[in-house]
Amino acid sequence: MADDPYKILGLSKGATEKQIKAAFHKIAKTSHPDLNPGDKKAEERFKSAANAHDLLSDPEKRARFDRGELDGAGQEAPPRGYYRDHAETAAGARYNSRFSEDDLSDILSGMFRNGERPGTRSMKGRDTRYSLPVTFVQAARGGPQRLMLPEGGEIDVQIPPGTITGTVLRLRGKGGAGAPPGDAMIEIDVGSHPFFTRDGQDILLELPVTVQEAVLGGRVTVPTITGSVTMAIPEGSDSGTKLRLRGKGIPAQANRPAGDAFATLRIVIGPQDQALRDAMRARPVFDPRHELLSSVDMEV
Amino acid sequence: MITIEALSVTIAGLSPGDVERWIAQDWLRPDGEPGHWQFREIDVARIRLIHELRHEIGVEEGGLPVVLSLMDQLYDSRRQLRRLREALEQVPDEARQTVIGAIRTVT
Repeated sequence: MADDPYKILGLSKGATEKQIKAAFHKIAKTSHPDLNPGDKKAEERFKSAANAHDLLSDPEKRARFDRGELDGAGQEAPPRGYYRDHAETAAGARYNSRFSEDDLSDILSGMFRNGERPGTRSMKGRDTRYSLPVTFVQAARGGPQRLMLPEGGEIDVQIPPGTITGTVLRLRGKGGAGAPPGDAMIEIDVGSHPFFTRDGQDILLELPVTVQEAVLGGRVTVPTITGSVTMAIPEGSDSGTKLRLRGKGIPAQANRPAGDAFATLRIVIGPQDQALRDAMRARPVFDPRHELLSSVDMEV
Repeated sequence: MITIEALSVTIAGLSPGDVERWIAQDWLRPDGEPGHWQFREIDVARIRLIHELRHEIGVEEGGLPVVLSLMDQLYDSRRQLRRLREALEQVPDEARQTVIGAIRTVT
């Protein structure tokens, strides 16, 4: 048995047409589903009020209901879509409010950046931006650096190992005055190095060796970003041989292990003398280009 | 997608002139151009809502921009919250529980 339409609208049997309309409008004002997107029951209340209004505002239907020939369900209105069913989906972006430009990610990053409560923001000092040039080795190794401020004063900056150009370090509270003070944003500009280059966590170096060291092997001193180390050259190492110095690349950090250093051998003949030329002439003939030429000939 | 003529059939008591005026006020943003508007489902639902705001809820046309603006801001926020929920669904369960726990303790 459906509910009594009079009861739904809070009316007595003798209600006038005007009272019926007013009662429905009162419920529509508080229960329209589109104005109450967080209230799941709103649609039910609105729908039963609309049905009751439909039935009672039709004199014939109302009379039949009063005589008991019709139950309160009356003629169910066909199902209709509500605006709220669309507005919360991606389609709703069509009606983005012109007044709220805050994107979710902006709101959240703003909160996490400052770690402060909303409402205090207006008194916050402004962020200041600086550029800090560092050498290749300073950036690779990491460590403290001192930034002289153009407006006077200085800031001590801790450079993380393996910092690359364009990295921006944020120093909380070191920016413009305020409560709380703003942040200093320091952009790191890493210089190049005449001998070292970087490949991710690894440091690459071209290492000159003599003919003797390449042929006979030996121990040589190799520079790394953390100081010189001794490395063994295996006997018979060719030019281009890549030797690894484990753990001598970018130093380890909390979330990643240390990189390696790689020395690529380059044979340097150096000053020549008669003895070297004689020794070379005495060597059996060997054609290192044999494979190269035969592979090209096959295709030509 | 439906036309302005089909709209008047779908929503009883709606006049094409009303719809044209609401578009001019930027309360409606259908596809197409004057004379050739194309209404998507969301547009139709919004027109029905504006129609009800006027005739059942008793908002005068002069008060409509206030109601629509507040409503659009409300749905902006709800869309953002929905995005936040979807983002949280993608992070590991432990991190999600940490956030939910933090939300409960913040007053």
